Amino acid sequence: MTMPSHASPSTAQTLCAENVGVTYPGLHDSEPVVALQNVNLTIEPGEFIVALGASGCGKTTLLSLLAGFLSPTQGRITLAGEPIVGPGADRGVVFQKHALLPWLNVLDNTEFGLKLQGVPRAQRRTRAVQNLELVGLQDFHQHMIYQLSGGMQQRVGIARALTCDPAMLLMDEPMAALDALTRETIQELLLHIWQRTRKMFFFITHSVEEALFLGSRLIVMSPRPGRITHTFALDFNRRYLAEGDGRRIKSSPEFIAMREQVLGIIYGDERAAGPAGGLHA
Amino acid sequence: MPRRTSLLRGKPATPGKVYGAPGAGHSGHISLITSAVLIGLWFLVTSMGWVKPLFLPSPQAVYAKFLAAMTDGVAGSTLAEHAVASLSRVFGAFFLACATAIPVGILMGVNRYARGIFDPPIEFYRPLPPLAYLPLVIIWFGIDEFPKIFLIYLAIFAPMAIAARAGVRSVSIEQIHAAYAMGGTPTQVILHVILKAALPEIFTGMRIGIGVGWTTLVAAEMVAADRGLGFMVLNAAQFLASDTVIMGIVVIGIFAFAFDLLVRYLERLAIPWKGRI
Repeated sequence: MTMPSHASPSTAQTLCAENVGVTYPGLHDSEPVVALQNVNLTIEPGEFIVALGASGCGKTTLLSLLAGFLSPTQGRITLAGEPIVGPGADRGVVFQKHALLPWLNVLDNTEFGLKLQGVPRAQRRTRAVQNLELVGLQDFHQHMIYQLSGGMQQRVGIARALTCDPAMLLMDEPMAALDALTRETIQELLLHIWQRTRKMFFFITHSVEEALFLGSRLIVMSPRPGRITHTFALDFNRRYLAEGDGRRIKSSPEFIAMREQVLGIIYGDERAAGPAGGLHA
Repeated sequence: MPRRTSLLRGKPATPGKVYGAPGAGHSGHISLITSAVLIGLWFLVTSMGWVKPLFLPSPQAVYAKFLAAMTDGVAGSTLAEHAVASLSRVFGAFFLACATAIPVGILMGVNRYARGIFDPPIEFYRPLPPLAYLPLVIIWFGIDEFPKIFLIYLAIFAPMAIAARAGVRSVSIEQIHAAYAMGGTPTQVILHVILKAALPEIFTGMRIGIGVGWTTLVAAEMVAADRGLGFMVLNAAQFLASDTVIMGIVVIGIFAFAFDLLVRYLERLAIPWKGRI
């Protein structure tokens, strides 16, 4: 095993969601809640999908479906032709709040998935060390989780998910709790990891700018009922990887025009929904 | 309008301190002063003859009794023998409870059948005073050593099991989901995530449990004991030997406090992440 996460056997896998819906039964005599309706989504290997939408549009429900934490009430989801019936090591998840294990140090946290899978110690250590280096934490192996900053904790979360060598990486607003500077650093880090690993990425965010910068495809979701309303193909991430200047891309006219267009869609949803809801561009 | 420095407002923050939580700051030195004042009062009221020795013997008398108990013994045994008898009962019951209550509590947290089965009996007997079921324990198990340990064990079992169950419930669903998404099986999730995450609450349960054990000691030694700190106190009470009563109370208190300090120390070693994440 030289570079396990970079030459995975998973490159021929495609994720397919057909007419997927989730309806929660209503409490007492209230109407059933349609969290997600009629979602069709195909993710090819090497795609970076970003899901964006106002609160309550079903983004997290969709991610839970893909992760297998939730099963759909309508439709079906397959990965490489196999139906998704539960969580599995082929789909890594990075959570909004890191969800690392505080009794393990950084290295042991990163190895944890391989330990569960029964991979021999020397082999799992090698892979964990590689992935910690990939996220820039090579000097923090023995640190405890509570000694790290929020951004470093999230990077351990990313390294941990990568170490299991999943076919796809699911990320539920992983930067929501980070400050703006750390956010930009990790956005750029994620793009480099995406380029090197060629995995499928599915990324949820509240931030339009983050969505446009990261995604190779943007899906905009709307609430009541939760559904995909718009899809945009993007190439800002490839331009960043080619040119290496994130700020210049984010201030380019095309980026700003795109941002305004997407913001218009989402503000339309917010106005239709009333005064509630939180969004930061 | 009066100036806005009324009682309703806090004091201005002192430089370098955070303005905020009521009651912030150290209190250890105040506790030391309180202890010194209480002991000083004890010396004062007894040496001035304000209270009869029958009601409150002087500290000197209690200390003399302590020395006498160490060498000549009281109620047929030396203080060390009484202490060993009581310690073996309390710790026997405590370790028995650790070995059973913690697994039962964890099982209740991770299995709904176990929860359904164990919840009614535990919640029913938990609030009962041990003195109320002491007669039953004696009728069922006689007057040997076992019923004494069993009574203390029952008192410790419920709070420990409840704490372990609460510990299991305190695990975040993200941590469990993360383990599943890395290929973990339910058994692995219980062993590697839930058990570890429940440790802080389990330690709290152990501290509460051992405390309850000491409070039940006297009840356990009420019937057919001829040795033990609780027996010594009860026996002295029948002869109105209040110096022995107070000496026994102080000895029990010191043992209980010392063990609590030990558990707190072990807690810091075993779960350094507590309160930091």
